[in-house]
Amino acid sequence: MKKLINTPESVLADALAGIDAAHPELKVDHVNRVIYRAEPTRAGKVALISGGGSGHEPLHGGFVGFGMLDAACAGEVFTSPTPDQMQEATKVADSGAGVLHIVKNYTGDVMNFEMAAEMAEAETGVKVASVVVNDDVAVQDSLFTAGRRGVGLTVLLEKIVGAAAEEGQDLAAVTALAHRVNDSGRSMGMALTSCTVPAAGKPTFDLPDDMMEIGVGIHGEPGRHREKLADAASIAKQLVDPILADMDFTGSPAIVMMNGMGGTPQIELYIMYNEVAKLLKAAGVEVVRNLVGDYITSLDMAGCSVTILKADEEMLKLWDAPVNTAGLRWGV
Amino acid sequence: MSTSTISLDQLIAWLSRFRDLVTEKQSYLTELDSAIGDADHGSNMVRGMNAVVEKIGAEPATAADALLKSVGMTLVTSVGGASGPLYGTLFLRMGVNAGPVAELDAAALGAALRAGLEGVVARGKAEAGDKTMFDAIAPALDAWDAAVADGADVAAAASVALAAAEKGRDATEPLVARKGRASYLGERSAGHIDPGATSSTLLFQALVDTVSS
Repeated sequence: MKKLINTPESVLADALAGIDAAHPELKVDHVNRVIYRAEPTRAGKVALISGGGSGHEPLHGGFVGFGMLDAACAGEVFTSPTPDQMQEATKVADSGAGVLHIVKNYTGDVMNFEMAAEMAEAETGVKVASVVVNDDVAVQDSLFTAGRRGVGLTVLLEKIVGAAAEEGQDLAAVTALAHRVNDSGRSMGMALTSCTVPAAGKPTFDLPDDMMEIGVGIHGEPGRHREKLADAASIAKQLVDPILADMDFTGSPAIVMMNGMGGTPQIELYIMYNEVAKLLKAAGVEVVRNLVGDYITSLDMAGCSVTILKADEEMLKLWDAPVNTAGLRWGV
Repeated sequence: MSTSTISLDQLIAWLSRFRDLVTEKQSYLTELDSAIGDADHGSNMVRGMNAVVEKIGAEPATAADALLKSVGMTLVTSVGGASGPLYGTLFLRMGVNAGPVAELDAAALGAALRAGLEGVVARGKAEAGDKTMFDAIAPALDAWDAAVADGADVAAAASVALAAAEKGRDATEPLVARKGRASYLGERSAGHIDPGATSSTLLFQALVDTVSS
């Protein structure tokens, strides 16, 4: 394992210290591993809290700031944070207008956030609503699985819903919007290499040089299937086709994210974006906004994912609203 | 020397032995989790059980319920992932069921473990054959109850429970996972032993090591 770390055990603590050092506009609670805005939540503003395992940076800590999250809980690498962390985040971010938990659909995350919501309501009376993001079409949504994983759509949702909260929408409205965004977007990812979890010290899975894994998540978990490596155009088709087969994206403007998994250079992401844009145009999908870059990563995994969101007028307006975070910044 | 009941000190020794076993098997648990999950089960269990041993050393409990609830809370707040709420709930419910006593006989410990398992089911919604920790613990407790009905003491009950847990754990190998991250793999999850069923079996191994030595 070759990594820029001090020790595998101190990865999270050292990274949080770095965020603290780099971002005076944020505060970091190093004991509870909560990143929050230095400026207290405005009275009457719904607080948005997300969190999850670390290793997906800039998600979630990089999206704390004006126009997006109020606080983020960082778990160990690829491990959900714990209910007491979420409690602390809730305490520090709630202005009295209530809190929306943004949860990616993984068994651990869902159970820990459920426990946190039960504890918060029982102990402090804070109003907690939640949205579970489940956009990954690689996973069959059936009674026989834990359901679709939450992946790239989380980024778009945090941006759009964050703008709505900033605008002063109440908890019910913000929550309804979050569910609408979740219902309107889908993602699909692939990997060229495995990632290496620092504590494990070796790649999570073996992928021969001439093979790729289609339908991966963001934790180095194996995907739908593996096959011979192909050119960017064919890979783009393998990502876009299942998304379009799952949902009709025509007849409405779309926001598209071409996301890097952490170990893929920008130049390749642009090649992939171009292929995806061509396919979408041919399919009659009108792409009006896009993001190209590393937004929800899987440590050092090489690969990418595509997220498509069918955006209504309100979502587009909120997308364009100013945002000022370490990971996403415009209009300010 | 075998034991007819389990004392507070032995419960503490059991937890400490469980910490040693997950530490010993850390790489193996992580390896199992790499195959069908996200490669963190070993390090998560070690982190959680280290926190538990530290906590019960710092704040000695005077009754079984306080001890087990403190273990549960420590696991919930230190482990994260799915194991944190599941193992945490297991011990929390055990504590509630055990009550403020200084020792438990085989029937009482079996009832506490059963309450713990019911908590796990309520939290994780797993059923038999889903390829989870349930598949090791449920048969272990069935064996435990049957042994107790035949008059077994804690040591004898623990020993048959361990054998049943091992059998249940090994039987997860061909199963297709229907819960947790492994379920995303569908058919590809078959052919691997479940990491949660493996760590749960160590709970019974630790109990046998504690009460029969």
